[in-house]
Amino acid sequence: MIQLERISRVYHVGDSEVHALRDVSLEIAGGEHLAIIGPSGSGKSTLMHILGCLDRPSSGSYRFGGREVGALSEEERSHLRQQEIGFVFQFFHLLPRLTAVGNVELPMLFAGVGRRERRRRATEALRAVGLEDRMEHRPDQLSGGQRQRVAIARAVVMEPSLLLADEPTGNLDRASAEEVMELLESMNREGRTLVVVTHDPEVAARARRIVRMSDGELQAEAAGDGT
Amino acid sequence: MNPLDVLRFGWGALSGHRLRTGLSVGGVAVGIAAVVALTALGEGARRYVVQEFTSLGSNLLIVIPGKVETTGTLPFGGVVHDLTVADARAIAQRLPEIVRTAPVAVATDLVQYRDRGRSVPILGTTGAYQFVRQVRVAAGRFLPPGSAQHGGSGIVLGPKVAAELFRGDNPLGKIVRVGPYRFRVIGVMAPKGRSLGFDFDDLVFIPVGTAMRIFNRSSLFRILCEVRTASDLGRAKRRVLSLLRERHRVDDVTVITQDAVLSAFSSILSALTLALVAIASVSLTVAGVGIMNVMLVSVTERRREIGLLKAVGATNGQVLVAFLTEATILSTAGGLAGLGLGLAAVRIFVHLYPGFPASPPAWSLAAALGTAVLVGTVFGVVPARRATRLDPVSALTGR
Ligand SMILES: Nc1ncnc2c1ncn2[C@@H]1O[C@H](COP(=O)(O)OP(=O)(O)OP(=O)(O)O)[C@@H](O)[C@H]1O
Ligand SMILES: [Mg+2]
Repeated sequence: MIQLERISRVYHVGDSEVHALRDVSLEIAGGEHLAIIGPSGSGKSTLMHILGCLDRPSSGSYRFGGREVGALSEEERSHLRQQEIGFVFQFFHLLPRLTAVGNVELPMLFAGVGRRERRRRATEALRAVGLEDRMEHRPDQLSGGQRQRVAIARAVVMEPSLLLADEPTGNLDRASAEEVMELLESMNREGRTLVVVTHDPEVAARARRIVRMSDGELQAEAAGDGT
Repeated sequence: MNPLDVLRFGWGALSGHRLRTGLSVGGVAVGIAAVVALTALGEGARRYVVQEFTSLGSNLLIVIPGKVETTGTLPFGGVVHDLTVADARAIAQRLPEIVRTAPVAVATDLVQYRDRGRSVPILGTTGAYQFVRQVRVAAGRFLPPGSAQHGGSGIVLGPKVAAELFRGDNPLGKIVRVGPYRFRVIGVMAPKGRSLGFDFDDLVFIPVGTAMRIFNRSSLFRILCEVRTASDLGRAKRRVLSLLRERHRVDDVTVITQDAVLSAFSSILSALTLALVAIASVSLTVAGVGIMNVMLVSVTERRREIGLLKAVGATNGQVLVAFLTEATILSTAGGLAGLGLGLAAVRIFVHLYPGFPASPPAWSLAAALGTAVLVGTVFGVVPARRATRLDPVSALTGR
């Protein structure tokens, strides 16, 4: 499903260059559950942003579903994000002025889904993450775990094939983290490819496959418990 | 993306900042209200003048001594002949298009009754004036139709003069003095009010011949000619000119029609209205800059939101439209509020000055609202483009 070939990402800071990614090559098959671990600053988020078509590599080739992403126009990449990719962030990134259901509807708004249909699908997605009784709550009326569940509902409401979670449990306590990982894994079991960046070895160990990054390079691969 | 959804989304974002939204809406509202109120006043002034002129009678020719060239000067070395009572009589008798003429001589002097006096305009004219200018007497009668020289010592008082000098006594038959000359009051005019800044109630009429003699005038101030029908106006004007050219052996008078004066005034006042609008537009520009400022702040504050919108698949075009819509909502709301405010101000004004027909023309309402909408869109472009250009990753991570 995903092929990365010798991907590099260089930031220019003043006169110096920061190599956030160096020659990263990686294949991810459809339906996989992959964990990315590594120390802070090793390039995990940078890699996620490139996988999610939010950022462009400085060099190298990224193929998504057989299509070369680098050749796509800005508009086509937006479309890809909209239809194929769901993001879950460490800091949730919910819009504070919208209710839970409003936040979940957001991707459908830009996809031009009708009002009724939006409401129906958002409700369904919130039910799937166990928040049917919190639909009209705004983010500040929800706990961290609940917020992240809203974010997951938002990420999957467009039925994407790829789910990217950058430290989804980084701001949560054990119990909430457990719930969130359960949810993400259930989405994975439905056939969505799941990529999770984490600092937490326990979270990483749940993946079937673990890649370690260090200083912008892919270090080693290991098999996880795959539970 | 459905336009209604965009509106709702923008509205949601704006209602989160009531004060800020209110202030920028208020800025536009004041600008639009100013446009509406000022056009209403300008238009009112125009209508007022038109009304006043039409009330004077539309089939009127006015003959003025002296040739008013387009350059406004007399022909070099030209002689200006006196405009005489005989000229007035000749016009009335020889031109079939003219029903009657009223010669007019004017001076200002003290009119006295016993120990009371009042300095007023004194119009020397004939009985024809009453019909040409459609004035009515309240008591007694107007000047007599007139003898050959239009002499005599009858005087007709304007109602204000009568009230001032006689304080409720019956003035008819009483003797008043104008300078050293004695006149007998033969009539008092009905109130007519002010017209074009001239108070028709505060003057007196005496026979034109007498007026020219006692004020030592050789030329009339003007001759008023009543034309049979308004459609004869153009021809009558030409014939009056040629008749007087024949009599004076030179082109030395000017004939103006009510229409010409009216359209000149009307276009001056329209220009005035436009100037007022232009001034008001300055405040709209200020309001537009205000919207731009608010939207720029908003874009800066909402970097994460913009990043998120892009992450969930909003295209650059959609982000642009969303932010432009917000700016346009601000200005449109301001426009609507401004219309309400402006109309209310006009109402209050009309309430205070009922005689002044202030009312904004329909085109100005439409233009004001249109401008308001445009202001938001135009001044929203820069902030919206800034939102569009944001790199989603740095927006999301707050870098
Ligand atoms: N916009 C940027 N400009 C300059 N340098 C950047 C920028 N974004 C990232 N970097 C650098 O790229 C490297 C990788 O950053 P990245 O955010 O991918 O790390 P990370 O593995 O996600 O770290 P963490 O675990 O702390 O989130 C870091 O050294 C970082 O300083
Ligand atoms: Mg990171």
